[in-house]
Amino acid sequence: MRIYATYNIKGGVGKTTTAVNLAYLAAADGLRTVLWDLDPQGAASFMFRVKPRVKGGGRALIRGQRSLDDAIKGTDFERLDLIPADFTYRNMDLLLDKGPEAKQSRKLSRLLAPLAVEYDAVFLDCPPSISLVSENVLHAADTIIVPLIPTTLSVRTLEQLTDFIAGFSGRRPDVLAFFSMVDRRKKLHREITEELSAKRPDVAATIVPSATLIERMSVERSPVSAFAPGSAAARAYRALWTEVREGLD
Amino acid sequence: MTPGLAGFVVAGAEPHWDDALDSVMAALAETFALAPARAGAPGGGRRRTWLDTFDWRLYRAGLLLEYVTANRAGQLVLTSVGASAAGDPEPVVQPVTGWRVVQPCLFDHLPDGPVTDRIAGVIAPRALLPLVTVATTASVTSLLNEDGKTVARLLIERPVITAGHIGTAGSEARIDLPPRLSVTEVRGYPGPARRAARIMALAPQIEPGAPGGSPEKALLDEALAAIGTRAGNYSNKVDAKITADMASARAVATILLTLLGAVEVNVNGVLRDTDTEFLHDLRVAVRRTRAAIKLLGEVLGLADDVLDQFAADFKWLGDVTTPVRDLDVHLLDFADMTAQLKAAKPTDLDPFRDFLVQRRAREFRALARALRSPRFGQLTANWRATLTAIADGQPRRPGKPGKGAAKPALPGRPDPLASAQTAGGLAIDRTRVAFRKVARRGGAITSDSPAESLHDLRKRAKELRYALEFFAPLHDKQDYAAVLGDLKRLQDCLGEFQDTEVQMEEIRALAEAMLSAQAASRGAIARTVLAMGEITSGLATRQVGARDAFENRFAGFAGQDGQRRMAVLLHRTGGAA
Repeated sequence: MRIYATYNIKGGVGKTTTAVNLAYLAAADGLRTVLWDLDPQGAASFMFRVKPRVKGGGRALIRGQRSLDDAIKGTDFERLDLIPADFTYRNMDLLLDKGPEAKQSRKLSRLLAPLAVEYDAVFLDCPPSISLVSENVLHAADTIIVPLIPTTLSVRTLEQLTDFIAGFSGRRPDVLAFFSMVDRRKKLHREITEELSAKRPDVAATIVPSATLIERMSVERSPVSAFAPGSAAARAYRALWTEVREGLD
Repeated sequence: MTPGLAGFVVAGAEPHWDDALDSVMAALAETFALAPARAGAPGGGRRRTWLDTFDWRLYRAGLLLEYVTANRAGQLVLTSVGASAAGDPEPVVQPVTGWRVVQPCLFDHLPDGPVTDRIAGVIAPRALLPLVTVATTASVTSLLNEDGKTVARLLIERPVITAGHIGTAGSEARIDLPPRLSVTEVRGYPGPARRAARIMALAPQIEPGAPGGSPEKALLDEALAAIGTRAGNYSNKVDAKITADMASARAVATILLTLLGAVEVNVNGVLRDTDTEFLHDLRVAVRRTRAAIKLLGEVLGLADDVLDQFAADFKWLGDVTTPVRDLDVHLLDFADMTAQLKAAKPTDLDPFRDFLVQRRAREFRALARALRSPRFGQLTANWRATLTAIADGQPRRPGKPGKGAAKPALPGRPDPLASAQTAGGLAIDRTRVAFRKVARRGGAITSDSPAESLHDLRKRAKELRYALEFFAPLHDKQDYAAVLGDLKRLQDCLGEFQDTEVQMEEIRALAEAMLSAQAASRGAIARTVLAMGEITSGLATRQVGARDAFENRFAGFAGQDGQRRMAVLLHRTGGAA
C-alpha cells in the first residue's frame, strides 16, 4: 500500500481537485484505492456525492472507538472508495494532541496501517494549515504531492516544506511539487514554471492549467478525468499521475 | 463493488420475461432514480463454456470450471462451490490462448497455470470435455439517492445457450434461459440495497434465485436441464435402482441393465479415443456383467444355453478390449517407469514407448472394428431386450444372443418373477457364499503356497467385491463402507502381486516382439532392452513386497473383526434381520 497526500499550507491551490483526479486515475489503473477527505470543508466528499459525515465523528476514529473501515463509502467508480469528511475534523488537532508527544504525530499512520490489507493506494486530502494534522499526514505519507501556484511566494512555501521534512528523524516521504492553475498567457506564470521546473528535480514536468472544466468539477460532482476524459485538464492529470507513479520506479 | 446481496430469477415462460423486467424497473423507480451505470462498472457480455470430465470429477469435488471469453480474451475460471460454511473462496483464474473449446482436452495437454495446478490431480487421467456454452449479455443500472449518488446496483443478465456439447438438445441448440437479476451493495450503503431487494422480491414473476446455493451452479444446472441432461449423471459405480423387497429376478435384471448402460455409454468415448478411462470403464462394466451372470444369472430364469451364449459373448467383448488396455497401462505408467531407472538413461526407453504407441494404434483399430461389428450391436440389443422384459415383469420372452428372434422360457422352469426370493435375500445369500470362499481359500494360503493360489484368491475377492457393489443400495452405508475398506486393502495387495507379475511377463514378451520386429538398430535395441530389464527388476521387488504384506491384509479382512463386520452388514441388509 502506498500513501499519497496532497498538501500545501495555502488554500485554494488545487489540493482537492488533484486528490480527486489522481485517486480516480489510480483506481482506473486497477489499484484498489481509498481517498480520505481530511478537510472539514468536505469538498472531496461533495465531489463524490458522499455526505460529509462520519459516525462518532473524528473523535471516535482518532481514539480507535471506530475503525476507519466502518467509515468507508463506495464511490460511483470501480475500486475507488472514500472516507468522508466530518465537520468535527476541525478539532482534529486537539484530538491528536493527547498522549506522549513522540506519538502524537504518528497517530494517523497507525490508523491507516490496517487498510493495507484491502487497498493498494491511499490518498489523503489535507486541510490547508501547518498543524498537528498536517504533521501527521507528512509522517504517514510515502509521497507528498504539492500543488503550487506560480508565484514567488509559493516557491518559498515549497522550500519551507522540504526543510521541514528534512528535519524528520527516520523515514522521510518523497516530495513531488507541480504547478497548478497555470495561465500560460501570463508572463510571470511562464517564467516561474519554466525556471523552477528546470532548476528543481522535485518539481514535476507536468503543468496543470487553469481551466474552467476543473472548476466545473463541483458542478458535475465528478472528477474531470471521468466527465471530460479527453480534455486538456484530464490529460494533464493523467500525465501528472504517470509522473507520480514513475517517480516510484 | 461488493458481492451480490440478493439474486433473483424471472419466472414463467419466455414471452413474459420482458414484462417482468419492466415491472421490476417501474417498482424500483418509485424509490430510486435509475441511471445506466457509469463507465467502469461491470457489465457487457461474455461467453462461457463449462468443462468437466465424463464422470464429473470436478463437479463432484465441488468445483466448477468455465472457459470464459469476454472482449476477445479467454480465461479458465475455477470456482469452488459449497466448500465451506464460511463462504466460497475467490475463483482461480488462468488466462489462456488458443483454447479450442469444442475439443476435449487431455489433462496433460492443459496449459500451465494456477487452474491447471489445482485440477490436474483431480481429473487425471481423464480429458476435459465441453458441456454447454452459454452467452450472457449483462446490463448494469445504478440506483441513485437524492444526491445522484449510486447507492446500489442492479445487474440484469440474460443467458442464452449457444451450444449443447452433451445432452440431447444437439450442438446447435439455441435456448434462452430466464434472465437473472442481482442487487449489489455499494460499500457503506447497506440500506438501499436491502430496500431494493425487498422491492424486487415483491415484484410479480420474480423469484429468489439459487436460495442458499451458488448462482453459478444454479445456472449450470439449469443449462444442463435445458439441453436434456444433468450434472453427475455418470459414475463408474453400479448404483442400480433396486430395493430389498423387489423380486430377485427383477433386481438382477435391473443391475445388469445398469451395467449394460455403462457399457453403451462409454462406447463413443472409446471409439473417439477421447481418454483411456472410457475403455477402462467399459471393461469394468463388462467384467461386472460377466461376474453378475456367473453369480446371479440363474435367477433370471433363462435357459442355460441362452445364458451361456450371453456369457460367452461378454467374454469375447472383454477379450477384444484387453490388448489396448494393457498397452494403455504401460503408457500411463511410462513417466513413473522411467523415473525409477537408476542404471539406464530415461531416453533408453524411447524406442520402447514408440513401440507401445505403434502397437496400440494397431490394436485400437482391431478394437474399433469389434465395437462397430454386428456381433457387438446384436449382443447389446438382445441383452437389453431380454433384461428389459424381466425387469418390467412383462411376460415377454427372452431373446437369444446373436439372433433377433425371441425364444420361450424352458417349460418346467419356475417363473422367475413368481419366485419368493427377494433381492434382499439374494444379496445376503450370495454375499455370504462369496465371503466364505474368500475366507476359506485365503486361510489356506501359507508362505509356501504357489502364486496361483493368490491369483485364485484375487478372483474370489473380486467376485465378493462385485456381489457387495451390486447390492450396495440395500446395505447400511456405514457397515458397507467398513467392509469395503478392508476388502479394498486386501484386493490392492493381491492386485499388486498379480499385476507386477503380468507386467513383467508382458515386458518380456514386448522385448521379444521388439527384437523380432527389428524396430531400431541393434545397439539402440540393446540399451532399450537393458532398461526394460531394469524395469522388470523393480516390478519383481514390488511383487515380493506384496507377497510379504498379504498375511496382514488378509487377517485385517477375514480375521475375527472382519467376520464380525461382515455379519453385521448382512444382518442389517435391506431390513432383512
